[in-house]
Amino acid sequence: MEALIQNIINALSLSSLYALIALGMAIIFGIMRLMNFAQGDFIMVGGYAIVILADLPWPLKVLATLLVVVALALAVERLAFRPVRDSDPATLLVTSFAVAFLLQNLALIIFGSLAKATTLSPFLLEVWRIGDLAVPKRDVVMIITTLLLLAGLVAFLDRTATGVQMRAASEDFRMTQLLGVNANKIVASAFAVSGLLAAVAGLFLVSTTGTVSWNMGLNPLLVGFIASVIGGLGSLRGAVLGGFALGTITVMLQAYLPLELRPYRDAFAYSAVLLILLLRPEGLIVERTAKERV
Amino acid sequence: MLRIDELTVRYGPIAALHGISLEVNEGEVVGLIGPNGAGKSTTLNTIVGLIKPASGSITFDGRSIVGQVPAKIARSGIALVPEGRRIFGRLTVAENLQLGAAVRKDRAQVAEDLERTLDLFGVLRTYYSQPADRLSGGEQQQLAIARALLGRPRLLLLDEPSLGLAPIIVDLVFDVLAELKRDGVTILLVEQVAARTAEFADRSYVLRTGRIALSGTRDELDGKADFAHAYLGALDEV
Repeated sequence: MEALIQNIINALSLSSLYALIALGMAIIFGIMRLMNFAQGDFIMVGGYAIVILADLPWPLKVLATLLVVVALALAVERLAFRPVRDSDPATLLVTSFAVAFLLQNLALIIFGSLAKATTLSPFLLEVWRIGDLAVPKRDVVMIITTLLLLAGLVAFLDRTATGVQMRAASEDFRMTQLLGVNANKIVASAFAVSGLLAAVAGLFLVSTTGTVSWNMGLNPLLVGFIASVIGGLGSLRGAVLGGFALGTITVMLQAYLPLELRPYRDAFAYSAVLLILLLRPEGLIVERTAKERV
Repeated sequence: MLRIDELTVRYGPIAALHGISLEVNEGEVVGLIGPNGAGKSTTLNTIVGLIKPASGSITFDGRSIVGQVPAKIARSGIALVPEGRRIFGRLTVAENLQLGAAVRKDRAQVAEDLERTLDLFGVLRTYYSQPADRLSGGEQQQLAIARALLGRPRLLLLDEPSLGLAPIIVDLVFDVLAELKRDGVTILLVEQVAARTAEFADRSYVLRTGRIALSGTRDELDGKADFAHAYLGALDEV
């Protein structure tokens, strides 16, 4: 019983991380039809921000990391994507690869190829003991932070003018512009939100692994991509659900696969992903689209 | 108010519009009639900035709007009710209407206009908090028109508002347009239903394969053999 609860807590915290990564990619995809392959490297840059600011108290470190990654996301939108925004999707995709390679190689040149060790706060490494149960404080913080972020995002999308315009743009960007809504403002807002989510994901990831390296964005990128695909491309709720599905599958396989099969955990996890896509080729959540009606 | 001169639009090597000229004056309702593929939608899409013309000029209030982005043209006072309505189906009726007023800063006046709009389109009040894709086609068309009106446009462009609607709903749409006409809204109405549009509009242009074939009031058009020949069938139908 304790083991099961322990596994559920693990699954929820890993799922929180996955959901934030997937959501960050889905928000941009919804509006620009761009799978941003630099998203993982936004997370990596957040990681190095934590390394550089290691001596600051943790609240300042968190705040600075958020600012750095949001600023990076806005700069990438302005400098890399805006000039090619009206090009075909392939151009946008290649642009995102270019940004990813650029950021990775900059990190490699500046910080070297060796991983750097860091912690966000010693508090996160402690555990609460409840009977036989050991609950890492980090997991609790991650789960609560994610829930608060999701609630905040829902409120933003539902209740603010910019949020409503972003939802409209993800349905029909052209029509939104025809109503006079500034396209640059909408896209920049999407990148800012995406950057914020990447920054938080970076904080989670670094406090989990304790290391930062130039290629640490690759795995989150893969996770975010797969989670948003199984969730249903373009659906924000789908991305969250996809993140939770992938996180839960991964943790449960780790826990319950026979020992000799555990090294193949990811193979099993991605078989499960294939199965989901076989059963629901469009993903878990298919957004209703405006039907022609007479 | 709106003036188009020698407008040519090409899709690749093919010209969709061959130097058309037309004019819409303040307070006027102008029809743009023509068969499928004549270039009606191309004309509207070029006015709102979705398509860049190969040559020619478009001026609104004497200022050229060619080359401006769609959002800027919309903010200068031109609203389009596009073909196929293009309402935001996942958003509520209320949010769709709110987006229509996105360009405006006069919040108090917007609230007042919203009330008036909901009086005019009663069905939108009924479904105010519902997702817009629950509406029927005719209701969606009303929403698309209401959404455009909430931007307080000085020129309203309508692209085949009756397309795909049952005849009784088409009547309803024209009733709404008649109301707008009485209010003095300047309208450029694109339609395939020729007779009814010519009847309704102050003046009409007939577009055929990218050229203005005829223009004039309903009576003037009726007198022209070409129009009678091409559209008499349509006249009887509606």
